[in-house]
Amino acid sequence: MVEPPFSLSARDLRASRGGRDIFEGVSFVLAPGEAILLRGANGAGKTTLLRAVAGLLRPAGGAVEFCRDTEEPTENAAIYCGVQNGLKAALSVRENLDFWVSLYGAEKKAANDAINRFELRGFIDRRAGALSTGQARRAGLARLVIAQCPVWLVDEPVAAMDRDGVARFIQLVVDHLGCGGSAIIASHDALDIPGARTMTMSAKAAAP
Amino acid sequence: MSALAAIIWRDVRLAFRAGGGALQAVAFFALVVVLFSLAVGPDIALMRKIAGPVLWTAALLATLISLDQIWRADREDGSLDIIVETSDALPLTAAAKAAAHWFSTGLPLIIATPILGVILNLPASAYVPVLMSLAIGTPGLSLIGAFASALAVSLPRANLLISIIVAPLYAPILIFGAGASIAGAAGAAQYAPNLMLLGAATLFAALFSPIASAAALRSNLD
Repeated sequence: MVEPPFSLSARDLRASRGGRDIFEGVSFVLAPGEAILLRGANGAGKTTLLRAVAGLLRPAGGAVEFCRDTEEPTENAAIYCGVQNGLKAALSVRENLDFWVSLYGAEKKAANDAINRFELRGFIDRRAGALSTGQARRAGLARLVIAQCPVWLVDEPVAAMDRDGVARFIQLVVDHLGCGGSAIIASHDALDIPGARTMTMSAKAAAP
Repeated sequence: MSALAAIIWRDVRLAFRAGGGALQAVAFFALVVVLFSLAVGPDIALMRKIAGPVLWTAALLATLISLDQIWRADREDGSLDIIVETSDALPLTAAAKAAAHWFSTGLPLIIATPILGVILNLPASAYVPVLMSLAIGTPGLSLIGAFASALAVSLPRANLLISIIVAPLYAPILIFGAGASIAGAAGAAQYAPNLMLLGAATLFAALFSPIASAAALRSNLD
């Protein structure tokens, strides 16, 4: 299902926003099949770290590298699912999924996999703008299944989800790890993912 | 469908759905033209003379009010992250967004022009020059607009800023576009040079705008 294993390493990562350092000296290695649960208070830089790893934010220092086994560093192989779902409110859920299939260059059946994994069938033809918060979150996370990227970077995946949805998401992550994928998940909720290690970010004291 | 085609198709569909920008631009275009014809009054000779430039100015204004949504709508719902993340070459993606804007704004304006030409008493000989110059010039408006919109993507209510950024860049297109429509209607020799300069302005925009838009987006992502 997933491409050959990628490992991800961050070395001495530093990020600042609006002239203020958010974090510095963050280093980790994420091997295939591993997951990191990112924890920390509001403002500790969880989202910033995920965006920096995803390449959506230029780090102020340090480097992020994706390696396929022993080869040279390769291109970014991560998918970032932020707190926003990226759904177009005026399009139906199915139209949104089809758009992502084209964008990620996935196969047509990837959309059906996503529909099954996140139980989207009940509201698949509804406008995305008319979904409940939890439903929209499920539809947004369906991107993970469609993109089939080896590294998942997910920000607060289950904040608005019912218990059933949380269980389904955890199962999805476990399956992904089983296929040699890896994930970094920022969440305030207790996610019971076997083998996941916890990384806690602490808010850097505000500069005087 | 390729990623670029998917972006264009999605944006065009969104523009023509309820609340989309396509109808808004055409309605604004028609409004400016109708108000102008009411303001000029029954002086048919004057109207014939200024109909071409008025159509051009109205089309430019209608384009202007549609610009701030090009990138900001995508940023607000998170799809800009997805588009940037999956893009192989951000300048090409920016060009696709500009193309989508033209299909959903420029093209409807061109289609509405013959009807509004009647209201303005546009001379029969001026229809082809006006439509021709709009067809060559409006892609330039969309390209430049996409760049200004990318620059202001992270600012709320950026319409004024975008207008100030694009005004000097739009000036050559307006001058050569209106110039071509006047010269063409009169059968003057300046028709062809005006069209060529208009084409040059659009080609220049096609070259610099995607690259500049990509750079603006990169620096605005945070």
